[in-house]
Amino acid sequence: MFWQRKDLLGLKYLSVEEINLILDTAIPMKEIIGRKIKKTPTLRGRSMVTLFYENSTRTRSSFDLAAKFLSADTIGVAAASSSVAKGESLRDTGLTLNAMGVDVVVIRHPASGAAEYLAKYIPAAVINAGDGTHEHPTQGLLDMFTIREKKGSITGLKVCIVGDILHSRVARSNIWGLTKLGAEVRVVGPATLMPLDIEQMGAKVYTELTPALEGVDVVNVLRIQMERQQQGLFPSLREYSRLFGLNQARLELTKPDALVLHPGPMNRGIEIDPQVAYGSRSVINEQVTNGVAVRMALLYLLTGGEYDAISH
Amino acid sequence: MPYLIKNGIVVDPIDETLTELDVLVDNGSIVEMAKDLTAPEAEIIDAKGCYVCPGLLDMHVHLREPGYEYKEDIESGTRAAAMGGFTAVACMPNTNPVADNAAVINHILERAARVGVTRVHPIGALTKGSQGKELTEMADLQAAGAVALSDDGQPVMDAGMMQRVMQYAGMLGLTVVSHSEDLSLTAGGLMNEGAVSTMLGLKGIPNAAEEVMVARDILLAENTGCPLHLAHISTAGSVRLIRQAKSRGVKVTAEATPHHFTLTEEAVQGYNTNAKVNPPLRRQEDVEAVKEGLKDGTIDVIATDHAPHAYHEKDVEFQYAANGLIGLETAVGLVFSQLVQPGILSVPQAIAKLASNPRQILHLSGGKLAKGGVADITIIDPNLSEVVDPAKLQSKSKNTPFIRWKLTGLPVLTMVAGKPVMQKRRLLR
Ligand SMILES: [Zn+2]
Repeated sequence: MFWQRKDLLGLKYLSVEEINLILDTAIPMKEIIGRKIKKTPTLRGRSMVTLFYENSTRTRSSFDLAAKFLSADTIGVAAASSSVAKGESLRDTGLTLNAMGVDVVVIRHPASGAAEYLAKYIPAAVINAGDGTHEHPTQGLLDMFTIREKKGSITGLKVCIVGDILHSRVARSNIWGLTKLGAEVRVVGPATLMPLDIEQMGAKVYTELTPALEGVDVVNVLRIQMERQQQGLFPSLREYSRLFGLNQARLELTKPDALVLHPGPMNRGIEIDPQVAYGSRSVINEQVTNGVAVRMALLYLLTGGEYDAISH
Repeated sequence: MPYLIKNGIVVDPIDETLTELDVLVDNGSIVEMAKDLTAPEAEIIDAKGCYVCPGLLDMHVHLREPGYEYKEDIESGTRAAAMGGFTAVACMPNTNPVADNAAVINHILERAARVGVTRVHPIGALTKGSQGKELTEMADLQAAGAVALSDDGQPVMDAGMMQRVMQYAGMLGLTVVSHSEDLSLTAGGLMNEGAVSTMLGLKGIPNAAEEVMVARDILLAENTGCPLHLAHISTAGSVRLIRQAKSRGVKVTAEATPHHFTLTEEAVQGYNTNAKVNPPLRRQEDVEAVKEGLKDGTIDVIATDHAPHAYHEKDVEFQYAANGLIGLETAVGLVFSQLVQPGILSVPQAIAKLASNPRQILHLSGGKLAKGGVADITIIDPNLSEVVDPAKLQSKSKNTPFIRWKLTGLPVLTMVAGKPVMQKRRLLR
């Protein structure tokens, strides 16, 4: 099959075939990352802008490297150093970048729907690198790539997402993507951090960690933002950790070969015990490598590349 | 110039009757109402198949003047009102400066006399600057022409303050119009809380944000005896609270907007900023409850909460977009399409909520066509259809989610003090 869409805005909007196409395309990309000489000329003459209204060294570097490994030209526009600070509208910023001949705009923005808004106005491809509490599709895809690579298939797996579901775009993208591919997705966290009616996205809701972890194949631990405590959404990090922190004893509730994922950066000792984070079940570092591979695949597909031309 | 309205069906919303009568108008008044009238000197207005109604009054409108003329002003707002079949509007005080003193009320009335196409009845603020801290000079506001009091958009959060507001307004017989919203429950919410807000990743506003304040305001009205009017009711729980309060005799009235009886939270899908409004569009069961409340009389008034915003205030990321939508020019079409045609309201019941009930609440005369009465008249053709076209809207702002909707049942004449200001879907001035 061929990639048809101009943009990648969220996993909610993708078909099973489209998700599989991205994941399949990421396999040869990962092979490139494993080479000594990583540069391939595939996207020579193409350009990518990272337009980040929130700081994220991790996601931005991942996109940057993905583009560079494929020989695309990249520039970064940070909110603080651009006309954004002068109050230019997102539409105008997008149109300006577009007029400069950019092929792909990667946007990270604190407002849900910002990527969709931008995509509506510019002919360039838009990749959503996280919009508010809506979606973070490339994180969802790299999580799925990691799970699929380790488990062979996603169908029939039980995946438990632990933490602040309310504010998590990672959780939403994972729920959409994993349920489309036939996994059972459980979400667990404090009642004050659980969005209303999330069952309607296809997830099973738990507020207790023990039953949520029982018999799962994958645990995806979300980062807890310290500011949520200041907002009065949970009483203390101590109690959060006591109720929802993933430690070795709790990991025993899962299947013996269960994987542990974390989108990073970690708060060690709070949502995840270091013993678990660096333990044998952890695939946290592989997630980072896979993130580059998935983003290479997306850049390739969104600029008109075909899967058959790169697979062997 | 005398006018003779021929062959129409006269709507009496108070006696709930429909009668085929001709209406003769001269010198600003209704001279005669009878069958088969003739008046050789009068201009004939053929109203065959149409409803001849007391002039409609929208008691919840933001005209934005003074201060926000780039969104709307008294001239453009009353032009929109006339197109929408309204002979009068009551305008909310959240202007700049706030209408919290007689000077601003006088200014609005003077501007309305000069450039207004319809009548304009200003509503004064409850508290100075609508800050919820100090009472306004309510007697002064009343003497200047304020028809009611409200801090619309900025609810009085302190219950003790609201109690004093109602005691003082009640003393003067002024209705308090409450925008019932507990800001600690809204807390930055952007749309109704539920599956759609969860999927879109937009912070939700629970039904309780409205209901907690509706309950509080009802209790305070009961305590103080002050007439209370609850603006833009959006939830099933609020309808239930108002129904209970009315059954035990509390002096409370309520209004619903066309968007709240027509649309659900689904209208926000795709981050549609024209569907961003406060209170937010709710779920289907809330829409049904609002319709039920309109049908059984729990909700007395249909008002639009006409809230113009400039293009650039809506063409932004959803969370930065202004709240509100324009409603004057689509209200009658939505009332007829959504409520009258499906049989939820009879024509006299619908006109009661658009003409006589709001006047009672604001202590204004009219609301019924009668010999000797003022000739404020709206004629509605129940079979006329039109597709909502932003280019044809009179309002300065075009922020409506009803663009391209086909509406059936439209005003074809708006007559203010015996003079047509809109006829056959065209403004005359
Ligand atoms: Zn309001």
